[in-house]
Amino acid sequence: MEGAVTPMTPVVRTVNLEKIYQNGGVPVPAVRGVDLRVEEGEFVAIMGPSGSGKSTLVHMLGGLDTRTNGEIWLDGKRVDTLSESAWAVLRREKIGFVFQFFNLVANMTVADNVELPALLAGASAAQARARREELLDALGLTDRADAAPGHLSGGEQQRVALARALANQPRLLLADEPTGNLDSRNTRDVLRLLGRVHAKGQTIAMVTHDARVAGMADRVINLLDGQIVDDADMAPARRRTGRSGTTGDVIELRG
Amino acid sequence: MRLHLLALLKKEPAHGYELKQALEQTFGEAYPSPNIGQIYVTLSRLEKDGMVRAVDVEQSNRPNKKVYYLTAKGSEALEEWVDSPTEGPRVRDEFFMKLILAPMTGIADRMMLINRQRRHYLSLMRDLNRLADNTDPANRVAHLLIEGAMLHLQADLDWLERCQEDLA
Repeated sequence: MEGAVTPMTPVVRTVNLEKIYQNGGVPVPAVRGVDLRVEEGEFVAIMGPSGSGKSTLVHMLGGLDTRTNGEIWLDGKRVDTLSESAWAVLRREKIGFVFQFFNLVANMTVADNVELPALLAGASAAQARARREELLDALGLTDRADAAPGHLSGGEQQRVALARALANQPRLLLADEPTGNLDSRNTRDVLRLLGRVHAKGQTIAMVTHDARVAGMADRVINLLDGQIVDDADMAPARRRTGRSGTTGDVIELRG
Repeated sequence: MRLHLLALLKKEPAHGYELKQALEQTFGEAYPSPNIGQIYVTLSRLEKDGMVRAVDVEQSNRPNKKVYYLTAKGSEALEEWVDSPTEGPRVRDEFFMKLILAPMTGIADRMMLINRQRRHYLSLMRDLNRLADNTDPANRVAHLLIEGAMLHLQADLDWLERCQEDLA
């Protein structure tokens, strides 16, 4: 990852992106003309009051919601014009999602939850299993592999959700309030993991209210009434150099 | 810092440098580390006010050092401190005064002030994250102190968001 210097294609680019909901025939703009670039390896936090369009924006980036106007580019390819089935394929291959409510499959074990995305993407059972073991080990969940998600604490469930999101080594990790439903201690565990994943080069775009999460990001974008009102570079010294003081064993996570 | 020093002296008499070390070990880096000069100035004021008593101890190769003892008056002040509720969070926030008054003068707009303040809070949060990472996990006191600072900052940011919604 060190070598590539040439002008990189951003992982995400939007052009004048708009979302207008119809509420009984009345147009309600949720996202209004957002131009956003997220570079490879960047961790961007998206903040703003509720109703400012944060979630809608991130959902559109992952194809979970359609845009009304504008363009979305992922990895240099225009994607806002894709069909739903093409989106489904793209999501499996390139995008990991983490939500506030962990959205794990309740009647499957932790291990199966994490293996599922790889299997859906066409990996062999052995590959999916190897990846799952690697991830659960990295997230300190190996001994929970056979448990049902419902028997895990909120923090553990969110770590499983993170493992699942990373199963296919996505180009982009999207998250919508991943710590919104966690207490302070569990938040800390999830944050530590996100920090490690990011340090390994994972590109992240994350909606959050949590200032601790935002404090880890390279950039913090603030939305108000569907528009970007602030785009703050939080790491002027740039990644990696700023982390030199951080020690501790960084877990092996290829994201 | 006066009362912090009195509390440490209630536990046992100590000289200035020992007090500095005790504060640092207990609270970790998150405590604004007092320099030794501040500690001596505070101790001499406490002595003047009759809260502590200094006793010279001779040292063989070095100048005498002063060991400080808590007096009855100091002990009383300490008890009063412990028994009274601690001041709640500030109601009059300096940033809020700026946010309301500066736009009236035409020298700043609110969105700009809010954005700058948010960036400042977030960079403080970043520092706290780093501080937490570098603090010994076994030092619960230091971690709680940092967590408290983080929760206050979170509240400041939430309030900033409310200001932005209603005023900007």
